[in-house]
Amino acid sequence: MMIDLGIIAAKALLVLFMVLNLAGILGWIERKGSALIQDRIGANRASIFGFAGMGLVNTLIADPIKLLTKEDFIPPKGDRLLHTLAPCMAFFPPLVTFAVIPFGDVLMLGERAINLQVANLNVGILYIFSMASLSVYGIVIGAWASNNKFSLLGGVRGSAQMISYEIAMGLSVMGILMVYGTLELQEIARAQGELLWSWLPAWGIFFQPVAFLLFFTAAVAETKRIPFDLPEAESEIVAGYHVEYSGGKFLMFFAGEFAEIVTASGLITTLFFGGWQVPFLMRDGFHFPWGATLFLPHLAVVLLQVGAFTVKVLFFCWLQILLRWSLPRFRYDQVMRLGWKMLLPLALLNVMATAILIIAW
Amino acid sequence: MTTPMIFFLILAGLSVAFSLLVVFQRNVVHSAMALVATLFLIAVLFLTLDAVMVGILQILVYAGAIMVLFLFVIMLLNPEVLEGRSVVWWVLGSLAALLLLFEFVPLLTGTAGPVSGPGPADGSFGSPEMLAQSLFSDFVLPFEVASVLLLVAIIGAVVLAKRES
Repeated sequence: MMIDLGIIAAKALLVLFMVLNLAGILGWIERKGSALIQDRIGANRASIFGFAGMGLVNTLIADPIKLLTKEDFIPPKGDRLLHTLAPCMAFFPPLVTFAVIPFGDVLMLGERAINLQVANLNVGILYIFSMASLSVYGIVIGAWASNNKFSLLGGVRGSAQMISYEIAMGLSVMGILMVYGTLELQEIARAQGELLWSWLPAWGIFFQPVAFLLFFTAAVAETKRIPFDLPEAESEIVAGYHVEYSGGKFLMFFAGEFAEIVTASGLITTLFFGGWQVPFLMRDGFHFPWGATLFLPHLAVVLLQVGAFTVKVLFFCWLQILLRWSLPRFRYDQVMRLGWKMLLPLALLNVMATAILIIAW
Repeated sequence: MTTPMIFFLILAGLSVAFSLLVVFQRNVVHSAMALVATLFLIAVLFLTLDAVMVGILQILVYAGAIMVLFLFVIMLLNPEVLEGRSVVWWVLGSLAALLLLFEFVPLLTGTAGPVSGPGPADGSFGSPEMLAQSLFSDFVLPFEVASVLLLVAIIGAVVLAKRES
């Protein structure tokens, strides 16, 4: 009993630790990446006792210290309680969402089988959408409680945008759920280990390429980053919903955004790119389609799976950062038109087409 | 006192407290957020009853979608403080509350028939499969009628919005 509880706590802490760390590292990668794309040197000012060599480590330490020791400013006419609660509401959903995303298959420790997933819910993906739907509150409440025209504009934009894209996001996943016939993410990840025509891994992207494009677009819109960064749009409304935030509270908004990127990447990986699956890797080792086999010990297989999951997640994090520094911002009407008149009908069509194909198969 | 009972009392107490806050707050946004908290707590109550699907849908639909629209409207209209209600509203409100109380009388006095204890919570209870099965076989007609009703409401809203401009 105690050991089971301990294992659950350990898994939860591990995932929390990984997501938070990755969020911090992404903050650095974003600056370095933007510098790379804009052909300049970025984020090289943090030096500890004259030692600036390890830019990543220095920035990881210096950034939070700087933000946490800054003055925490609450607008005099703002709402003190909600102004303080809003960053928590923005930070909470992306962290708990990762609980149902599996990061590996079953790990056998002696007699004990540990499912490498924090919570195995039979409503799996619905839990993710319900938590994602709560992430609007951080923006709306933060914007309102600041008592600032710019932040209110950002909040209104943000809530409209997130509601619109939630629908497209939910509908685009329908196809995947129909193909694999389950809401459980671990089941979906397992089903992607099978082979099509005995050589192609049965990853979601091969069944649902349209759904992937729709889901990816909607996910980027949900993380409120360029080209969908209307809620903060620096050149129009200063910093939008978090214009009146400083210090630790701003850090929570900031880190929450990166945690959202990590969660979105985890979800894309799990739904469309096989999750923790390595092509041709079964539970006892590699079985290549040309007949060769390579047997591996159990621990190596599990490590490979967790490693593959991490690499895939990192790839999609990087893709989102690349997107953010490559594209210009959409206009508000364009965002709405894309969401309601293109993504939504396409997602519906995709559901219809998938249903027809499944019945006809 | 068993552990589930303690959990229930904490959750029920909190949800009653937050629903009282919804009514007694002067600030509309505070009321709305208290309502979000109430809905969230009710969802957790569903979870303790093994109805995971209903609990999650409660968060997804009520706390996550409908209340966001409420807040959206509140922010667009931005009413600073609610103006005082006229006597008519008080009378109507009290009448509605009394009516609701009468509905609850059989439940509270236990004359509505036996209130079942903990249900048969086997693995499939409250699962999405089971819910979908009953929704699309036994209750398919009410389900479709409800969706048509929603469609009518949407079209009505669009028509009203068009006529305004």
